[in-house]
Amino acid sequence: MANLGVEHWVRIKNERIILDGEVIFSSEVDIARFLKASFKFLNIKYPKFHKMDRLSKLGFIASEIVLKNNNIDEETALVFSNNSSSLDSDQNYQESVKDFPSPSLFVYTLPNIVLGEISIRHQLKSENVFFIEDEFNANLLIDYSKQLIESKKANKVLCAWLNLHNDEYDVFLWLSSESHKKEASEEQIRKIYDADYD
Amino acid sequence: MSRSVAVTGMGIFSAIGKDLEENHSSLIHGKHGLSTPEILETTHQKLPIGEIKATNIDLAKNLNLDESHAFTRAALLGTIALKEAVKNAKIKDFTNIGFVNGTSVGGMDMTERFYREYENDATNRRFIQAQHPGFTTEQIASYFGINNYVTTISTACSSAANAIMMGARLIKSGRLDRVIVGGTDCLSRFTLNGFNSLMIYSEDFPKPFDAERKGLNLGEAAAYLVLESAELAENKEVLGYVSGYGNANDAFHQTASSENGEGAYLAMQKALKTARFNPHQIDYINAHGTATQNNDLSESRALIRTFKEMPALSSTKSFTGHTLAAAGGIEAVFSLLAIKHQQIYPNLNFNSVINETKLEPVTELKSAKIDHVLSNSFGFGGNCTSLIFSKNG
Amino acid sequence: MPIMTDLHTELKASIIEQLNLEDMEVSDIENDEPLFGDGLGLDSIDALELIVLLEKDYGIKLTDPKKGREIFESINKMADFIEANRTK
Repeated sequence: MANLGVEHWVRIKNERIILDGEVIFSSEVDIARFLKASFKFLNIKYPKFHKMDRLSKLGFIASEIVLKNNNIDEETALVFSNNSSSLDSDQNYQESVKDFPSPSLFVYTLPNIVLGEISIRHQLKSENVFFIEDEFNANLLIDYSKQLIESKKANKVLCAWLNLHNDEYDVFLWLSSESHKKEASEEQIRKIYDADYD
Repeated sequence: MSRSVAVTGMGIFSAIGKDLEENHSSLIHGKHGLSTPEILETTHQKLPIGEIKATNIDLAKNLNLDESHAFTRAALLGTIALKEAVKNAKIKDFTNIGFVNGTSVGGMDMTERFYREYENDATNRRFIQAQHPGFTTEQIASYFGINNYVTTISTACSSAANAIMMGARLIKSGRLDRVIVGGTDCLSRFTLNGFNSLMIYSEDFPKPFDAERKGLNLGEAAAYLVLESAELAENKEVLGYVSGYGNANDAFHQTASSENGEGAYLAMQKALKTARFNPHQIDYINAHGTATQNNDLSESRALIRTFKEMPALSSTKSFTGHTLAAAGGIEAVFSLLAIKHQQIYPNLNFNSVINETKLEPVTELKSAKIDHVLSNSFGFGGNCTSLIFSKNG
Repeated sequence: MPIMTDLHTELKASIIEQLNLEDMEVSDIENDEPLFGDGLGLDSIDALELIVLLEKDYGIKLTDPKKGREIFESINKMADFIEANRTK
């Protein structure tokens, strides 16, 4: 079986962005302003960002940070998961149905639209999947990634737990690739997710 | 690494039938399941939908659930379809079995029915968690006592197809020996209004691959396959094998498919590659064929790029409507029925070819030698999946 | 050249708001500038959202999305169409 190592990881939670263990951005404001400020921090021009729903914005920011200093490999697969699916957008769209159903809100009522957004941004035509799980399930993401790499469907995998519910966001995204030296175990991945970073 | 993946059971519940036999009978008699809404409460009284004419109360009775049950409609349909699949595969012991379920609507129907009551009335509060798509999967799993390996895939209209692909991999790589895969989705005002707002909802019956196609019609359904390793399947009747699968992102637009169908093309290439097939070995294509202007043109272009000589082609969504996350599941069942009965099911309501691509689908039931079927399922978010089912492993 | 009316300004403001055109102001949109393609870079979903806007704010119901493309060519075209067809 393939040994998977972690190239880089990013954590977005409690008004902070942490890259490989270091706080690279923080702004103690509500989610709307936090997303806007984080995007500014990326220092890129991408007008489409402002049209995305909040789940996609979170996924977009996290993936930008991790992929920024990497040469993007076209065969990078996306394996994402969360608990709340696209609930945040579902509710916004549901509100609009009473009056005039909004097409631009409706298109974001699926959790995997963020995978499309990231794929469009980086022109990734690779394999992608979105799991709904009760809680962060490191084993599922690692095991699925291993299968993809073992069967040569991908060279690298961008794994993520990307959850947004009641304005609370919990993002953990990492880039894994085959590593002969250092395997990142389920326990290690779990530890990164659980840490407080105070 | 390379174990073959046998299909030893399947079950289906759709607008054209409550089980395999009814679905097959509708397919061979050209009897579609589209009608105006009777069960779904909506102001869109004239929009044709592929509705299953059974209330949730009827469905719960069928399963002997007591009145306090919290099954969503998708869970009710799913449980009935799964029951048929495991009966078919003669499975009684659920201890070492996996379950990968595709759903995208989940329990949205319950939320829209009870949302306003929740605050003041406790009667239906048990449905609050129903909004979570994982809840529908858990209900189905708990009915059978499946708890070994359970997960939900939500990638829009390719969800069930991706569940089948994942199940095949789990078996191929030796991680599991037996897994139930497929999907379920029910009709809801949420999706009906949504597709209508995208102006791709047809006011008439769907006309896949027709020049005059006016859009899709939603449907509801559930379908599951029981996949087993060749060793476990040895003394069983095998309905077919999952021989190829591929997934790719179109990387073009949130909802629209690219002009030349790049994602679809790549998914088919990958599926052919995993199966180690040449395109000419495919005898029948069960297309995604939603009957929207955009999908059918884009898919046609991807098909032309893949196949020098076009195999027999049809979209059975003309029978069932587009059943979203369940589509890949019911179309897998139709593909396996095509193999079992050596016949090709028609593409209904077709009159004239699309000018740019000129693909002509099969319009009447046809007997044919069928060894390999390719089934396409493409979802919003650019998620494109192709599966190949084969007669022999 | 049609003169700038309140309707033109109103339209620009609602387009910026409805379509989340971040960091854009009314004065940034020219009356004859193309809204789609190279102009403001709007896409097919934006066009659908503009169809909703026509119905919501001006009581005009479009059934053919293709027709939207002509109407939404520029602010001028949109304003002319609304003036001729509005029911509210």
